[in-house]
Amino acid sequence: MSERPPVRKSIQEINEKIRSGRAVVVTAEEMVGVVAEEGPRAAARKVDVVTTGTFGAMCSSGAFLNFGHATPKIKASRVLLNRVEAYAGIAAVDCYIGATQVREDDPLNRVHPGRFEYGGGHVIEDLVAGRPVSLGATSYGTDCYPSREHRATVRLRDLRDATLLNPRNAYQNYNCAVNRSDRTIYTYMGVLRPRLANATFSSAGELSPLLNDPYYWTLGTGTRIFLGGAQGYVVGAGTQHAPDTPRTDRGVPRGGAGTLMLTGDLKRMDARYLRGASLVGYGTSLMVGVGVPIPVLNEELAWLTGVSNRELVCPVVDYGEDYPHGTGEPLAEVTYADCMAGEIRVSGRPVSTSPLSSLPRAREIASVLAGWIRDGRFQLGEPQETLPTAPWAGSVPGS
Amino acid sequence: MEIAKNVLLVFRTEVMYQPVIYRLAREFDLVFNILEAKIFPRREGRLILELRGTPDRVGAGVAYLAKAGVEVTSIADNIRRDDERCVHCGACTAVCRTGALAVDRDTGEIAFVPERCAACGQCETACPMRALAGVNIERLGGVEAVR
Repeated sequence: MSERPPVRKSIQEINEKIRSGRAVVVTAEEMVGVVAEEGPRAAARKVDVVTTGTFGAMCSSGAFLNFGHATPKIKASRVLLNRVEAYAGIAAVDCYIGATQVREDDPLNRVHPGRFEYGGGHVIEDLVAGRPVSLGATSYGTDCYPSREHRATVRLRDLRDATLLNPRNAYQNYNCAVNRSDRTIYTYMGVLRPRLANATFSSAGELSPLLNDPYYWTLGTGTRIFLGGAQGYVVGAGTQHAPDTPRTDRGVPRGGAGTLMLTGDLKRMDARYLRGASLVGYGTSLMVGVGVPIPVLNEELAWLTGVSNRELVCPVVDYGEDYPHGTGEPLAEVTYADCMAGEIRVSGRPVSTSPLSSLPRAREIASVLAGWIRDGRFQLGEPQETLPTAPWAGSVPGS
Repeated sequence: MEIAKNVLLVFRTEVMYQPVIYRLAREFDLVFNILEAKIFPRREGRLILELRGTPDRVGAGVAYLAKAGVEVTSIADNIRRDDERCVHCGACTAVCRTGALAVDRDTGEIAFVPERCAACGQCETACPMRALAGVNIERLGGVEAVR
């Protein structure tokens, strides 16, 4: 290979290039070709930042809202937004609206499968879209906060503060779901027809944020990201972050693995990238758009960001029996290349696949983020502490 | 050249027990395929048919049905996808068996071909964004079935 020394760059150096408009930015899809054609060392020298993107239902999402005081003041103990309860067990006019909270009078799954027409995810979308939302707060009254009831119609701009804070987003990898039982099931992985009639998967594959920095070398508290159409930040590891998941030589986890806790100012976001979702038979959720820039600090990162759908694997899991009971083993391991081509093989049979996360919007996010960086409007955030990781057993070919 | 057209037929009480469909094959040389049928007791029957034949014969068959007192509704003209709501996630493709909703492998977008829709109504519930409407034998074309 090349005689030239290994590439070592710092985030500060890349930010300097971004400020002077010289940074070379490609999307994670484009990076696959760059690494395949030019090799990891040349790719590391050429490319400064790889942008990723994903857009799908992320249930562990919600927003802290402060709706401000009316006269007299209230210490809200129960808060409803469009009849969806927001957690009010925090300070007087603060609350947290969670994506999966459903309406007070929702019939749930009493007639199965329930439709779950409206929930916290929809409240968040309505707020971000600028639509009016009815607020109802009740309290027991105190000497300092005597009011017992506060009703108002609010818009996002009326709220004093609105911060998206998602405890677990951008799961590094995920199951491909099938159903071996004899009845159709309605899951958070969509509608699964009986006897392996179909499979669903939910990943942007080679565009997915954590699949491009599989050991989280560049990611941690303070990493600046695209979140819901605005700049946001990584708070730290998300709930259930599990770096020790078994991996392939190229670092690809063979299951869930890493997660991110994310935050950003809801007032700056765009409803194109934050959408309420109704998952039949399951509940409500929020479709979240996330894009993470990966600085190509060295050829190892070039190699890892060059990973393609052919090398990205996921386990095929039975949601009819195994998943709900926590039993059994994956039925197969398949690649995202196969999932995206429309058919996988499970137990010797062809099974047609359907995506659940939007590939076009993931592409759009990676491309919008690349544009922000090229224009010098987005600087990389330096993580103050990187996420818990695992050792890499692989190596860069040719080094 | 042959075409295929999916239609909803509503049989009100007056024509409900008349033999009508067999004439499509006998007199108009059409291939018909029953995609879905539902009878609402004593009031009306609803049938979704795929009609296959030359454009002229399909047109003549549809005209005959209307003349015989059957309400004919073209399915393709009555189902809608709200393109503002649709995010192209693909959840609908898990339930669509006719290929009316399918992933475009180049763009990743969900292609929508109303002509292939059999109005099974499954996508309407499977869509997390509630972007599909009208695709149900009971509520097609905004004509609520009389129960």
